[in-house]
Amino acid sequence: MRKIGVATRVIALAMLGFVSLAVAQSTRQSGFDFMQPATQALQKDDTQNPAMLWVKDGQAIWAQRDGATQKSCADCHGDIKRTRGVAARYPQYSAEAKGVINLSQQINQCRTTHQQAKAWPAEDASLLGVETAIAVESRGQPLAPPAQSQLVDAQKRGEAAFDRRIGQVDLSCRDCHESLAGKRLGGNIIPQGHPTGYPIYRLEWQAVGSLQRRLRNCMTAVRSEPYPYGASELVDLEAYLANRAAGMQLESPGVRP
Amino acid sequence: MKRRIFFANSVGLMASVVVRPVAALTQSDVLTPLVNAYAAGGGVREGRVKFDIAPLVDNGNSVPVEITVDSPMTQAQHVVGIALFNEKNPQNQVAEFTLSPLAGRARVATRIRLALSQQLVAVAKMNDGSCWTHTVEVLVTIASCIEE
Amino acid sequence: MARALITVPRTAKRGEILEIRALVQHPMETGYRRSSEGDLLPRDLIRRFSCRFVESGKTDDTGVIVIAATLHAAIAANPYLSFNLRAATSGTLAFNWEGDNGFSHREQVALIVT
Ligand code: HEC
Ligand code: HEC
Repeated sequence: MRKIGVATRVIALAMLGFVSLAVAQSTRQSGFDFMQPATQALQKDDTQNPAMLWVKDGQAIWAQRDGATQKSCADCHGDIKRTRGVAARYPQYSAEAKGVINLSQQINQCRTTHQQAKAWPAEDASLLGVETAIAVESRGQPLAPPAQSQLVDAQKRGEAAFDRRIGQVDLSCRDCHESLAGKRLGGNIIPQGHPTGYPIYRLEWQAVGSLQRRLRNCMTAVRSEPYPYGASELVDLEAYLANRAAGMQLESPGVRP
Repeated sequence: MKRRIFFANSVGLMASVVVRPVAALTQSDVLTPLVNAYAAGGGVREGRVKFDIAPLVDNGNSVPVEITVDSPMTQAQHVVGIALFNEKNPQNQVAEFTLSPLAGRARVATRIRLALSQQLVAVAKMNDGSCWTHTVEVLVTIASCIEE
Repeated sequence: MARALITVPRTAKRGEILEIRALVQHPMETGYRRSSEGDLLPRDLIRRFSCRFVESGKTDDTGVIVIAATLHAAIAANPYLSFNLRAATSGTLAFNWEGDNGFSHREQVALIVT
């Protein structure tokens, strides 16, 4: 029987060890540039981009009182428009968390400490909604990780992880996202792996998802055990990716295949 | 050096869609009875309907389609319905639309799921009962992808 | 709660043909997919959509159908529909989606025709 959107599909493919030059800073390209015009059109038009449904949800949650303190995000932060530039800085060091955290972890920190509400679980629709609503306010801003020594340490750990060969295929993130970028891997074109569009609406997921979900997908794809959501190893990778893409424009909410 | 990768993916496919018009004679015998049932006795002819599909898509989960019908959309002369059928999904119906002259233009656009090469037909029903069709063949090529 | 995004111009000239876009949040679960544990995911679809036009001053009227649709599993998740309206008089556009498991969502948009 034919089915659309079937459960598991195994893509088996042989890939040659291409040798090509690493991505130079000047040739950095967003994943957007590797997509077909139909997918690009979806991202470019807010009246068609399904991620705008999550944004609308997040904007409503921003104004809702919650938790033991019965405060809304807006009660402390004012209009969500005032978060302009915030999403372009994350991950960053947080004195409250005593470590480097990403934007969704900062949001949950406000939930637990300032609202005294329960933290939203990873990939929860409300969390993704609020994160996307904050990210959209920084659209067009250059990624600008702050100069913090703790953040530099995280970026270094992330860079080492980016170069480590993983999985049964023994490929590093850099092998795929620099040497093989622009080549086809089965049906997919391998992008340079920049985090500029997150959270994204992924056609594959048929929903909005986080950068950590994307990274875990890459790990699973090469048959490597993915780190759990929220793991410091994932935040380190996110910190490195943001630094590698520093100066590129945030384009959230992106649409990806 | 040669490396081998086994890419396990949930539902993914990169669909390269190529659209070809289909002559009435070669319309799939799955589609013809569906069109006739929708026409409910009205005459069925080719023409007046235009089916637009993006020629290349990254993922078959979301394929933009647009159907336009040549009609003035006046009280006297208008499209009352548009139906869209596919040949090979478990269910052949995709959508049926009811239109009124208020629409001003006989046009609908949506996004559909396509995971397999097959024929698609758009049928427009006019207020005089006549039906018009446009059948296209959609070739979905999925590189190195084995479906269970 | 589900969300919807409607795109319609707020004002229009009489006789002008407008484009309307409607996007609604819904997984459109086909009933043919399996979870990672191998269980069939139950079908959960939006089945019907309608857009009606209610002329100003006729508030108790249910209005006139601009377009109505019956949707099936082959419609992509978060259904998107675009269609047209010939602006004749000022009024309200009423959008309605209905589906499995009691799904129901309504939106209203006012239109001023000059
Ligand atoms: C086997 C090759 C391969 C490896 C190894 C790999 N990826 Fe990917 N990655 C891909 C492909 C292919 C995509 C795009 C998939 C698609 O089109 O949906 C992608 C997408 C991404 C994206 C999203 C880019 C965008 O534009 O949205 C990021 C970020 C990323 N990878 C980071 C990583 C990191 C970090 C690692 C190492 C832990 C890694 N990848 C390992 C193949 C790989
Ligand atoms: C009681 C006041 C209060 C409430 C309510 C609150 N926050 Fe915060 N928020 C803060 C404070 C104080 C900080 C500074 C860092 C910290 O304490 O974590 C902050 C920091 C932030 C930051 C980082 C800003 C930056 O410039 O880096 C974001 C983003 C944020 N909050 C989002 C939210 C969201 C989303 C909500 C609602 C779910 C929320 N906050 C609710 C007080 C609040």
